[in-house]
Amino acid sequence: MGNVLIIAEHKDGKLKKGSLAAFTFARQVADKSGGEFHALILGKDLGAVAEEARCYGAAKVHVADDESLSAYMAESYALVAMQVAKDMGAELVGATSTAMAKDMMPRLAAKLEAGMASDVLGVNDDGHFLRPVWAGNAIVAVEIKTAVKAVTIRGTEFDPVPKGDAGSELVTVAVSVDLGSLKKRFLQFEEVKSERPELTEANVIVSGGRGTKGDEGFKLLEVLADLLGAGVGATRAAVDAGWVPNDLQVGQTGKVVAPDLYIAAGISGAIQHLAGMKGSKTIVAINKDEEAPIFSVADYGLVADLFKAVPEMVEEIKKAKA
Amino acid sequence: MKILVSAKRVTDPDVKVRVKPDGSGIVTDGIDYKVNPFDEIAVEEALRIKEKLSGEVVVVGIGPKEATKEIRSGLAMGADRGVLVITEENLDPITVASIFHKIVEEEQPDLILLGKQAVDGDNNQTGQILAEKMNVAQACFASEIELAEDQKTAKVTREVDGGFDHVEVDLPAVITADLRLNEPRYASLPGIMKAKRKPIKEIELSAMGIDSDPKVVWHGFAEPPVRKAGIMVPDVVTLVAKLRDEAKVI
Ligand SMILES: Cc1cc2nc3c(=O)[nH]c(=O)nc-3n(C[C@H](O)[C@H](O)[C@H](O)COP(=O)(O)OP(=O)(O)OC[C@H]3O[C@@H](n4cnc5c(N)ncnc54)[C@H](O)[C@@H]3O)c2cc1C
Ligand SMILES: Nc1ncnc2c1ncn2[C@@H]1O[C@H](COP(=O)(O)O)[C@@H](O)[C@H]1O
Repeated sequence: MGNVLIIAEHKDGKLKKGSLAAFTFARQVADKSGGEFHALILGKDLGAVAEEARCYGAAKVHVADDESLSAYMAESYALVAMQVAKDMGAELVGATSTAMAKDMMPRLAAKLEAGMASDVLGVNDDGHFLRPVWAGNAIVAVEIKTAVKAVTIRGTEFDPVPKGDAGSELVTVAVSVDLGSLKKRFLQFEEVKSERPELTEANVIVSGGRGTKGDEGFKLLEVLADLLGAGVGATRAAVDAGWVPNDLQVGQTGKVVAPDLYIAAGISGAIQHLAGMKGSKTIVAINKDEEAPIFSVADYGLVADLFKAVPEMVEEIKKAKA
Repeated sequence: MKILVSAKRVTDPDVKVRVKPDGSGIVTDGIDYKVNPFDEIAVEEALRIKEKLSGEVVVVGIGPKEATKEIRSGLAMGADRGVLVITEENLDPITVASIFHKIVEEEQPDLILLGKQAVDGDNNQTGQILAEKMNVAQACFASEIELAEDQKTAKVTREVDGGFDHVEVDLPAVITADLRLNEPRYASLPGIMKAKRKPIKEIELSAMGIDSDPKVVWHGFAEPPVRKAGIMVPDVVTLVAKLRDEAKVI
């Protein structure tokens, strides 16, 4: 394979840590193929992000900095990315699987007439992409037969590239997007603010399910989370009930996480939930039903009432830390 | 308002599938098939729109002859008619999108409502590719859809990282359903009876004149890595001690 183009995401003037996983993947692929690895960032007022993006070993960082890109839309971003991919001769375009990448990459792939593999875990000796199917209960080897190939990458499978010297060359992308031609208008982004670490970036996650019975239970989990500097996660049941925001959903159709420590409280362990967290290094399950399937993936299982066990944990951990 | 929706036949989402010992596929013996849950949500949404604005809901399924059953489930919920594209092949999303594109050209719907993801292949690609092929807007991962009175545009709320993205799309557009768009109804008994008489048009994939040469090919399956068995702890004190001294995570 020849050149690799990774589309990186940023927030508040910084690259997202998740994107650095795709950089690692790209460097591995480019090293093997002898091609170049390039990065692309899109948005508005990208000065600081562009400077930071030079530090991760890309031959070039393409910067598409324009008013028309101030709000993300698949239509406009894919249009610009297509032009860059064509100009730099990308044989592989990729991004870390985030909501944005899941939305945009298939559209970009279609523009490039590229076949696409979603949520790639690695590449085998035949050059086939390995990816999970059936909620991660099988791993399939995928051959992409088109000249240009597209992938989203599972961020948890690749260590982020360490920051190095600002060595990459910056290339300004000439952006000409006619927003009026897109058949879509961006209206508003309704941010759900949280002081806690984002799930995909957290080293520790405390996750709750229907067993929390709502606010009261989640309050207890939040105390534990704050003590551990942890992110808070949830099952679909908890999100559907409106107890926590939707982007806390861990699972097949939510976020895939692999923190050092995942504490599941009041979670039964449905297939769809396990798909999102069974790659965690250490898993703790607290459930009052000893038959709950979550125990089958737990390193440490505790059969207990979470309303009692979680506050006790807080006390014990405080003691242990003192 | 004419709405095109999908009903993909997938293995029961709540059954944990296993890989065949020779890695050639997954074991399907004794597994039930259902409508892809996201497609059920798409059908439900289409029906709600129809109930408000009147119109027609057409359910498309692509798969073996047996996939008639999943289309009938959509008809039993209240959709008007079905289209079954018959193939025994495991198609890649590019081909599926090409099939939808062809059907769209014939049917000229005002709105195409798909699921965000099929829970067997977990691709999450088809709607986006279709939108590009049609050169229309996409609104993926929808948790709310509000059609304008003139039925020429729709406001869509999308579930994304860090919050909600609000966009407006011109129709026709491709919208893909996320979990919280609605809660699908159960088919009523009269609905099921009626569905038996609703028409389903059958087309052989080979007769559609589509390039169905796969661009993305599955070459063999492996089991995911298994976690090594854990232990049960008797109490919180032991748990915290293990986390500190053994796992060294706190
Ligand atoms: C298409 C589709 C996609 C899906 N995607 C996802 C996904 O991405 N992520 C996801 O999580 N789910 C997903 N689901 C839903 C999934 O199938 C399960 O329904 C869901 O994970 C169950 O959530 P839960 O464990 O919180 O609830 P339940 O299954 O109801 O479990 C609650 C648990 O809490 C325990 N409990 C109750 N009270 C206490 C107490 N006081 N102390 C301790 N334990 C207690 C109970 O013993 C029980 O085990 C999806 C489903 C579908 C159909
Ligand atoms: N064989 C199929 N029959 C009907 N609809 C399909 C089929 N394959 C994919 N789709 C539609 O495309 C959506 C996304 O599928 P995928 O991109 O495969 O994850 C599904 O939710 C369906 O709406």
